[in-house]
Amino acid sequence: MALPAYATPLDRIWHYGFRIGCGAIFVFLIAPILVIIPLSFNAEPYFTFTAGMLRLDPDAFGLRWYEDIITNEQWMHSIKNSFIIGISATILSVTLGTLAALGLSRSYLPYRTALMGLLISPMIVPLIISAAGMFFFYSNIGLAQTYPGIILAHTALGTPFVVITVTATLVGFDHSLTRAAQNLGADPATTFFKVQMPLILPGVISGGLFAFVTSFDEVVVVLFLSGFEQRTVPRQMWAGIREQISPTILAVATLLITFSIILMTGLELLRRRNERLRGLSPG
Amino acid sequence: MKSFLKLTSLAVAGLFAASAAQADTLTIVSWGGAYTKSQIEAYHKPYIKKTGVTINSEDYSGGLAEVKAQVEAGNVTWDLIDLELSDVVRGCDEGLLEELPLDGLPPAPDGTPAAKDFLPGTLHECGIATIIWSTIYAYDKTKFPNGGPQTMADFFDTKKFPGKRAMRKGPKPNLEFALMGDGVPADKVYEVLSTPAGVDRAFAMLDKIRADVLWWEAGAQPPQMLADGEVAMATAYNGRIFNAVATENMPFEIVWDGQVWDLDLWSIPKGSKNKAAAIEFIKYSTDTQRLADQAAWISYGPARASSIPLIGKHAEAGVEMGPQMPTAPENFKNALQNDCEWWADHQDELNERFAAWLAK
Amino acid sequence: MADIPANQATLTTADGVPLKTKLRQTQRRMKMRALGLVLPLLAFIAVTFIWPIGLMVYRGVDNPVFSEVMPNTNAALARWDTQADEIPPEDIVAIVARDLAQARRDKTMGRVATRMNYDLPGSRSLITSSARKLAKIEGDVVWTEEMVKIDKRWGERKTWMAMRLASERYTMAFYMAALDRTFDEDGNITMQPEERQIYVTLFLRTVWVSLLITVLCILLAYPISYLMATLPLRTSNLLMVMVLLPFWTSLLVRTTSWIVLLQKQGVLNDILVFIGVFSDEGRIRMIYNMTGTVIAMTHILLPFMVLPLYSVMKTISPSYVRAARSLGATPARAFWKIYFPQSVPGIGAGSILVFILAVGYYITPALVGGESGQLISNFIAFHMQKSLNWSLAAALGGILLGGVLALYWIYNKLVGIDNMKMG
Repeated sequence: MALPAYATPLDRIWHYGFRIGCGAIFVFLIAPILVIIPLSFNAEPYFTFTAGMLRLDPDAFGLRWYEDIITNEQWMHSIKNSFIIGISATILSVTLGTLAALGLSRSYLPYRTALMGLLISPMIVPLIISAAGMFFFYSNIGLAQTYPGIILAHTALGTPFVVITVTATLVGFDHSLTRAAQNLGADPATTFFKVQMPLILPGVISGGLFAFVTSFDEVVVVLFLSGFEQRTVPRQMWAGIREQISPTILAVATLLITFSIILMTGLELLRRRNERLRGLSPG
Repeated sequence: MKSFLKLTSLAVAGLFAASAAQADTLTIVSWGGAYTKSQIEAYHKPYIKKTGVTINSEDYSGGLAEVKAQVEAGNVTWDLIDLELSDVVRGCDEGLLEELPLDGLPPAPDGTPAAKDFLPGTLHECGIATIIWSTIYAYDKTKFPNGGPQTMADFFDTKKFPGKRAMRKGPKPNLEFALMGDGVPADKVYEVLSTPAGVDRAFAMLDKIRADVLWWEAGAQPPQMLADGEVAMATAYNGRIFNAVATENMPFEIVWDGQVWDLDLWSIPKGSKNKAAAIEFIKYSTDTQRLADQAAWISYGPARASSIPLIGKHAEAGVEMGPQMPTAPENFKNALQNDCEWWADHQDELNERFAAWLAK
Repeated sequence: MADIPANQATLTTADGVPLKTKLRQTQRRMKMRALGLVLPLLAFIAVTFIWPIGLMVYRGVDNPVFSEVMPNTNAALARWDTQADEIPPEDIVAIVARDLAQARRDKTMGRVATRMNYDLPGSRSLITSSARKLAKIEGDVVWTEEMVKIDKRWGERKTWMAMRLASERYTMAFYMAALDRTFDEDGNITMQPEERQIYVTLFLRTVWVSLLITVLCILLAYPISYLMATLPLRTSNLLMVMVLLPFWTSLLVRTTSWIVLLQKQGVLNDILVFIGVFSDEGRIRMIYNMTGTVIAMTHILLPFMVLPLYSVMKTISPSYVRAARSLGATPARAFWKIYFPQSVPGIGAGSILVFILAVGYYITPALVGGESGQLISNFIAFHMQKSLNWSLAAALGGILLGGVLALYWIYNKLVGIDNMKMG
C-alpha cells in the first residue's frame, strides 16, 4: 500500500488521513490495556497518574498493591482455585473435544452439521442463560457450590473451542496416513498416538489454551454456581469492582495481562510450527 | 496419557472428598467487611475459645437465593445465616428456615426473661435479632460550609442544598424517604404507600431529584462516592458512614431524621446438618454482653434493652459508641421501621415499577 | 476373460461376499466408529449443558406450587363456571379453604403466597394471614362467609380468577409477564399497567444497543482490517498483536480499565482538564451509563469483528481493484463497486457473531452500565438472585435464547459453523 509516485495531493491527504484514523483505532484497542500497567505501580491509592508519576519520581511508584495480593488470603485462595478449576476443566475438555473432533472431521459422519451445531452451542448460548440453567440443574443434583460442579460447567463451555481448533487442524489431514499405519499392522491406539497425535498436537494445545482461558476468565457461571470456597480470580475481581475498586485490582489485572501475553505468544509459536509442519509458508 | 487420566480422576475424587467432609464445624454466613469483623471479634473468637468448635466464616451478598438453592437441592452447607428481617419472614413462610426455640435464650443479667429483654419485634419464629441497623442519609460537610441539611425534606430540596445525591438502586426504602421528604410523618408512611395515589406521590417526589441522583447497589459504594466527591449527599447504611468517619476521618455527617431502621437476625437453613450446634451458638451470641461487645466494633444497635447501657467505646477509634446507635434517643425521634410484611406484598410490582421508572 | 457372462459382473471379495455389500458394511462400521468418537462429548454436553437449559426453558411454563402445596385446589377451581358465578360456589370455596389451612399446618403456604403475588400484587399477605386464621377454624362453617369475614377480597372475582390461573399445573403467565402481558379478571390476555411495563422496552433496548455496537464495530474494524490485509505480512502481524492482545485479555481486566479511564476522577477526564477542554468542576461522567456500556462493549467485541473481516479481506485479490482503476474508475468507485462487495461475507460473519455476543452480555453492563445501561441479561440475573422469581427469569431467558438460536441458525446457513475461526 505504498503511495505511488503519481499520487495527487488529494490521494496523499487521503492516504495519511486513513492511516492516522487507523492509528486512532489501534490506540482505542490497546490503550485501555496499557494504561492499567503503570497505574498498578502507583504508590498512592488512586486510579489516575499522580504528579509524581508524571515526573517519573521513583518514590511515586511501588509494589504496594502486589504485596497486597500476596498477603491477602482471599486473593491467593482465588488464584489457587482458578488454576485448579481451569486445569481440570482443560484436561476434560481437551480429552472429550479431541475425540469428538476426530469423529467430526470424517465427512461420512451422519448428521455431521447438526452434531457440530449442538457441540458448538455452549459458545453461542448467552452465558447468563447457561449459568441460570446450570444453577437450577446443578442445585438439584447437589453439584452447586462444589468444585466438581464448576469444573463440569467450565468443561462444557470450553469444549467448543477444542472442537473447532482441532477440527480445523484436521481439515488438511491426509487420512491415507492412518490407513497406511493400519496396513502396516498398527492398532488404532498406536495409530492415534504415533500418527495423528503429532500432527494435530498444535491444534489440541491451542484448543486447550482456549479452553483454559475460557475457564480462567469465566465469571458468570461462577457467580451463580460457586460458594465462597470456590471463588476464582474473576469472581474476586467482580466483587472488588462492584463494591470498591482498590488498586489491588489493577495489580491483579496487570498480572493477568502478563499471563495473556505469555499464552498468546505460546499460541503464535504453535501456529507457526503447525504451518511449518503442514508445509505452508512460515508466517 | 493414561497416567494423566489417573491423575485427573484422583484430583476429582479428592475434591469430592474435600467438599463432603465437614463435621464439627459451624459454617456461619454473613455480609462481609467491617460487619463480619464485628461478629468475629464479639462472637466467634470468644465462642471458639470457650467451646473449641471450629467456625468457618463465609460472606454472601444478602438475599435467599443460595439458601433456596441449598434447601431445594437437599444439600445444605450453611449452618447459620445473618438475614434481614424481610428475608426471614419470607424464608420462614416458604419453609426455607428452621423454627427456633425461643425459650432457651439466656435472660438479662438482672433476671428479665429474654422474651421481655429483646426489643419488641426482634424475635421471630425463624430468626433471633442481633442488631438494629438503619438506612440514613449523610452529607459531605465540606460541600455545605454554611450549614448542612437537617431533615429528610432537605434531601429532596435541590435548590436549598444543591449537589448530586446517591441513592440505593431499588424502591426500598427510597419510597419511604420520598414520602417523609414530602412531609408524611413516619407513622403514616405505609398507610399512605398502601394507596395507589401514595405510590404515585412517592414517585413524583423522586422525579423531582431524579436528574441529580446517582444510584448505588453495594453498601460500600455510598461512602466511596462521598469520598470521591461524586456526590454531596448519599443514603447509606449508618455503620458504613460511621466507619468512614471514625477510622478514615472523613468529613461526613449523618442526618438521622427520617431514618428507616431494620433488623438483622440469625437464622438456620432448613436441613442444616449442625442445627443443634448452631442453636447453641445463637444462644451464646445473643446474650446481653455479646451484643454489647459487638457495638464496640460497629455502630449498629443491640437488639436487647439490657445491652444498651453496656455499650462502651469503639475498640479501635475510641469514640463513645452510645450516641452513634440508630436507637439512641437523640437519633430515634423521627424513625420508621421498615415494614417487611408490606414489602413482601408489594415488592414484585414495585421492583418492576421502579425499573420501568429508571428506564424512562 | 471373454467367457465371463455379463450377468456375473458382480464383484466379490476373497471370501465371496459381494463387494457392494462389503463396502456398505465397511462404510457402516466407519460411520459407527466416527459416531463413537463423537458420542462421549455429545453425551457430556447433553447432560451438563443442553438438558439444564431445556429444564430452564421448561421451568418458564412449569407451575407446580399449587399441585404440591394445595393439591385439591386446581381441580376444584376448574369446576367453577366462571360465566355463571361471580365467585366460586361454597363447595369449591370449602375445598380451597381446607387446602389453605393444611398449607398453613405444613408451613408451605409461603410458596402459594409468593406464587399468587406474582399475578395479583398484594395478595401475599392475604394468603398468609387467611391461611393462618383458617387453620384455627374447627367444625362445619360456611367457608365463603368466614373467608370474606377474614378479608373482603375473598368476595372479589379478581382474587378467585387470579387463584384459578395461578393454580394451573402449566402456565403461560411467566412468558406473558416477560412480554409485559398479564391475564385480566376474565382470563383474557391484556397489557400490564403502563407503569409496570418494562421487559418489552428492555428487549428492544438490548436489540438496539447490540445493533449500535455491531455498527460501531463494523465502522472501526473495517479500516484496520483493510489496512492489515493490504500491508506486508510482517507489518500486519505486528498490528495483529494489537487486536489479539485485547482478545486474550480477561474481560474483567478490560472492563476495569474502562472504569479507570472513563470515571469522573479518571485518566481521560484528567487529560481533558489538563489540556483545558473543561475545568476541574466540569468533569463529565462517561461511565455508569449507556455511554459506558457502549464504549466498553464495543472495545470488548471489536476483535470478533476484525478477525473474520481480516481473514476475508486477505483473500481479496488487489488486481480487480487495479483493473477497475485502469478502466477509469475513481478510487472511491473502484472500492465501492469492486472491493466492498467482496468483503461483505466478512462483515456478515462478524456482525452476526458480535450481535449474538452483545445480546447476551451481562458482566460489562452490570459493572459499567449504571441505571440506564442495563440490558435484559441483568434483569435475568436480578430475578435469579434478588427477587427469586426463578420462573420469570427462566421465561426471560427462554425468549432471549429463542432469539439467539434463530440468529445462530442464520449464521450457520450463511457462514457455516465449520468456518468459524479463532486467533
